[in-house]
Amino acid sequence: MRSSALSLVWRRFCRHRLALVSLFVLLTLMFMAAFAPLIAPYPPTKVSPAFSQPPSAQHLLGTDQIGRDVFSRLLYATRVSLLVGLLATAISTAVGVVLGLVSGYFGGVVDKIIMSFTDMVMSFPYILLVLVAAAIFEPGLWSIILILGFVDWPGVARLVRGNVLSLRETNFCKSDVTAGMPGRYILFSEILPNTMAPVLVYATSVFAISILDEAALSYLGMGVQPPTPSLGNLLNGAESLTILTTKPWLWLPAGVTVILLVVCINFVGDALRDALDPRSSL
Amino acid sequence: MWKYVAKKILLALPVLLGITIIDYLIMSLAGSPLDMLANPRTTQAAIDAKAAQWGLDQSLWAQYGRWLTQLLQGNLGYSYKSYQPVSALIAGSIGPTLLLMGVSLVAGLLIAVPAGIYSAVHRYQKRDYAVVTASFFASSIPGFFLALLLIYLFTVRLGWLPSGGMATPGTGGDFWDVARHMVMPVIVLAVSVAGSNIRYIRSAMLEILEMDYLRTARAKGIGRFLVINKHALRNALLPIVTVIGMQIPTLFGGAVIVEKMFSWPGLGLVTMNAITGRDYPVIMGVCLLSAVVVLAANLLTDIVYALVDPTIKY
Repeated sequence: MRSSALSLVWRRFCRHRLALVSLFVLLTLMFMAAFAPLIAPYPPTKVSPAFSQPPSAQHLLGTDQIGRDVFSRLLYATRVSLLVGLLATAISTAVGVVLGLVSGYFGGVVDKIIMSFTDMVMSFPYILLVLVAAAIFEPGLWSIILILGFVDWPGVARLVRGNVLSLRETNFCKSDVTAGMPGRYILFSEILPNTMAPVLVYATSVFAISILDEAALSYLGMGVQPPTPSLGNLLNGAESLTILTTKPWLWLPAGVTVILLVVCINFVGDALRDALDPRSSL
Repeated sequence: MWKYVAKKILLALPVLLGITIIDYLIMSLAGSPLDMLANPRTTQAAIDAKAAQWGLDQSLWAQYGRWLTQLLQGNLGYSYKSYQPVSALIAGSIGPTLLLMGVSLVAGLLIAVPAGIYSAVHRYQKRDYAVVTASFFASSIPGFFLALLLIYLFTVRLGWLPSGGMATPGTGGDFWDVARHMVMPVIVLAVSVAGSNIRYIRSAMLEILEMDYLRTARAKGIGRFLVINKHALRNALLPIVTVIGMQIPTLFGGAVIVEKMFSWPGLGLVTMNAITGRDYPVIMGVCLLSAVVVLAANLLTDIVYALVDPTIKY
């Protein structure tokens, strides 16, 4: 029964050709990022005497100003950016799900407090909050993950709360209450599994946004700090006019990688939305 | 109606107060502005004097209380850096930001609304897929990267447009000069507005196209143009209004990065400098302003919603 439900979702997903291609590209990029130490021809911080070389057979994407291999750095940067995106999404989804469940299930004063706090966080211009937060902590890999993780949750919380409110009124939940089932059973075994599909879809968009935000913050110098490469700080060099005009191999690949990652994640998320929707037909 | 508006405003006030408290806490965690003063030539006594002058020797709550009392008297305080009143700093830079945001919002919607409707009307056809795919790309490109590409293309390669600023230095900046400086920042912001909105508008339109009253309209034989533009579009306005309201905070935030990229002399640039310089009064002023703008946008959305939709009771 379970496996047939999964295969139905998979069949629906496959109808989206573009999403299928995106999934393939995404998995390839993730694979390359995960195995970066094996694939990369050079260590990402190894300095060589060949400064600012254009792409060649020896250095696939050329070298930067201090002779580091751009292709190797790009692989490691993708790894860092994916790590930031995945962990930030995991944190914000976890926080959002917990707050949404509590808020929707218990209602009353608890609900009011949590929701007005959610409204406050949502009323901030997003990037302003991130920038102020980034100024607090020492900029770096772990603080950027925590910042993005603790900024992105309000959407998830609202989504889960809305679902809980409507699920609470369904007959299967009411029958549980009548049967005297404990609250934690109803919450975790009935309500939570039924709200996972929309949360999963929402999480893909949070993933995409986190990658974009990491890139923007690192570009501004407030995110991942060099020498650790990230897709954002690889682009940082393009601020100088000579690099922008004469050395496109230093910034173009990182930008294209960001776009590719985010586009693919969005396509997969969109197809997932269709595939997981019980109302859509096959 | 007025009762409804008054109720909404009263509900927004505690949220606003909460936001300023969170702001103050976060900002104080960020580090004291006194750290920025410390250098071998400043004595501890001088730093202590500054601390007393700025009220930083008091407890956090006392500091916040002082800021709030000042605010209620209509005083936003003075910048720690330039000693200018914060209200004057904001007043001087808000014009360019509003100009940039307004033009970008209009430009973005002028792309998004027709594209979304076009896409919905031709659902599941090649043209629909083309529009939707384009919107995915538009919302996936980082603003700063698009800015770099545009500067590379229009300034470096073609030499058509200036890369930054609001007016050519030395000139007063007449209408055409400012317009030329605005082209690239507006493109960057409008692309992001359009990219994120085309799909909303498309799905809003799709829902309406399936309604019974549209079948009736088609059955009357008034022609496709009238069906779509009179019966469908008017009802699709409702979700579109909500979407515009949702755009305001995003635009406000996006403007910060775009202003930095194109050195547009607006609020974003002031904010970035204040954050890096730990200029407390300026940061608080900007945060307060942005919170007010966002809450006002939400309020306005609710009101317009109530006006447009006769079924909403208030």
